[in-house]
Amino acid sequence: MKAWDTQKKARYRRIEAGSRFAEGKVVSKDDLPRFLDSVLTPGDRVCLEGDNQKQADLLAQALAGLDPARIHDLHMVQSGVVLPEHLDLFDKGIARKLDFSYSGPQSARIARMLNGGQIELGAVHTYLELFARYFIDLTPNVALIAAVSADRDGNLYTGPNTEDTPTVVEATSFKGGLVIAQVAEIVDKVPRVDIPGDQVHFLVEAKKPFYVEPLFTRDPGAITETQILTAMLAIKGLYQPYGIKRLNHGIGFNTAAIELLLPTYGEKLGLKGQVCTQWALNPHPTLIPAIEAGWVEQIHCFGSEVGMDKYIEARPDIFFTGADGSLRSNRAFCQTAGLYACDMFIGSTLQIDLAGHSSTVTANRIAGFGGAPNMGSDPHGRRHPSEAWLKAGAEADPVTPAPLRRGRKLVVQIGETFGDKNAPTFVERLDALELADKLKLDLAPIMVYGDDVTHIVTEEGIANLLLCRSLDEREQAIRGVAGYTEVGRRRDKKMVETLRERGVIRRPEDLGIDPLDADRRMLAARSIKDLMLASGGLYDPPSRFRNW
Amino acid sequence: MEKLTFKFETNRAAAGSLKQALIGVVASGNLEVLLERTENPGDCTIEIATAAHGFGEVWEAVLADFVSRRAAGGLRISINDGGARPDTVSLRLAQAVRMIEESLA
Repeated sequence: MKAWDTQKKARYRRIEAGSRFAEGKVVSKDDLPRFLDSVLTPGDRVCLEGDNQKQADLLAQALAGLDPARIHDLHMVQSGVVLPEHLDLFDKGIARKLDFSYSGPQSARIARMLNGGQIELGAVHTYLELFARYFIDLTPNVALIAAVSADRDGNLYTGPNTEDTPTVVEATSFKGGLVIAQVAEIVDKVPRVDIPGDQVHFLVEAKKPFYVEPLFTRDPGAITETQILTAMLAIKGLYQPYGIKRLNHGIGFNTAAIELLLPTYGEKLGLKGQVCTQWALNPHPTLIPAIEAGWVEQIHCFGSEVGMDKYIEARPDIFFTGADGSLRSNRAFCQTAGLYACDMFIGSTLQIDLAGHSSTVTANRIAGFGGAPNMGSDPHGRRHPSEAWLKAGAEADPVTPAPLRRGRKLVVQIGETFGDKNAPTFVERLDALELADKLKLDLAPIMVYGDDVTHIVTEEGIANLLLCRSLDEREQAIRGVAGYTEVGRRRDKKMVETLRERGVIRRPEDLGIDPLDADRRMLAARSIKDLMLASGGLYDPPSRFRNW
Repeated sequence: MEKLTFKFETNRAAAGSLKQALIGVVASGNLEVLLERTENPGDCTIEIATAAHGFGEVWEAVLADFVSRRAAGGLRISINDGGARPDTVSLRLAQAVRMIEESLA
């Protein structure tokens, strides 16, 4: 007789084993190692909540402290590999296989460990892709998650950084898995219920907040005039002509410059209300002046940002907030919003090749993808029209009759031709290919594929790849904005001039941009302190950004 | 310190009537550009004092593009460079030429 409820029974056994260390659902911090040892079995698929920002740090430390003779060969499935403990698991032999999305601060170590064979790599995913696999073939047996507070029934309050939690819990709890939450405190009544208690099996009181990384704070004081020039090009050469209302910004200084130019340069161009009204975006402090000047109608967030909580609570018309008043973020929903409901993604990258492929990988670092490839791709499932989407589609394909023609999402790469330490942004061959060779990967880690990229913006101008009719034209359009990099200097000058006459390449002077406007005085805020003042004192910058 | 001199011919004389313009600062990654309207309208002379050695070829490419894209005839341009990247050099030159055109600047 075939049993149809083995997963349910396995969960029951885990709950029974774990309950020996719990009072109701609550496990004490001191019992955490023995508790984890009792609920886990070798080979389990485990999601140790490491998000883009929030980290289940207490659970990570406890897991990394287990005895590998008893708990080993775990298969880790988590979006962020951020804490040292996430990789200690592999060094100690507690975990063996890894499927993940993003590894920012651990990018060098993860590359060394992949090379050394301590980690068996499943794949590097985009966020939505990994979340999707949670429901198909990477469903966790055990999820170790983080929240701000819980009541004794297990109802969880995640606070502003809800991020991945609902997705992880949904996949685990409804498929026979076990959900364990670390919370800063256990309370009688949570301020709002982000995760219902019947989906959560155990709680640990950490007695301190989980770790959050301020990933989206860019100091206006560090924005250069070249970055301001690229931002003016984007606003006048893309936002205005396409009428970009719904968009996502990456986290670089170029896009921070755009945010800070909206109330000044954008105002001068008369674009208020015409562009940048709806966003899929983390709460970037650099957007405060534009919000305050009335540019922004609404913003849905992947996660929160350190120091922005009070400001967000005071602007509920702009942000999504809960009954308690604080931000409700949700990475899966916001990624979906960025993919399907935005007309533009614009972000910086480290390297672009002659086909327009871009990558943030350097030879010794594997930083993963995060969400940029979801934002930075053309969704073939989109069916609703918009001015920007239709115009871009018509530029790409002037032949097909309009009712049968797909629109195009604008996917824009923006940056200076030389990056940090004078490394050229434009290269003949991406370092990602070298890394793929070295680690014997089937795929080179490409952040945004060339066929998704529609425009490249540098200080030299805008290359509109939608208007290129051959690979040769595409290559020359890219070389034509690559400045004085090797790639730029090897351009076919005549062909580049022809492309410029056709409007494929547009220079600052073609767009009537005065180089004298590329001045830091044009920024609506020139320091973190200015941002704080613009927020009426509601923005509370983290100490490392306070330099006054 | 390396000193470089370039001479260009152009048929576009700088507009405006200001005798000189100064922009930028000598700092790491930045540069100071002084324009003086002292040459014949068809000539542009550019002198560079730079902390970074061995970039003559890149300077020549940046300056040739500048002279072909902007009206720089009649100008003697002196650059004090603190190791600026080419994108910064191009921007400063474009700004300087706009300044000498402006009577307000």
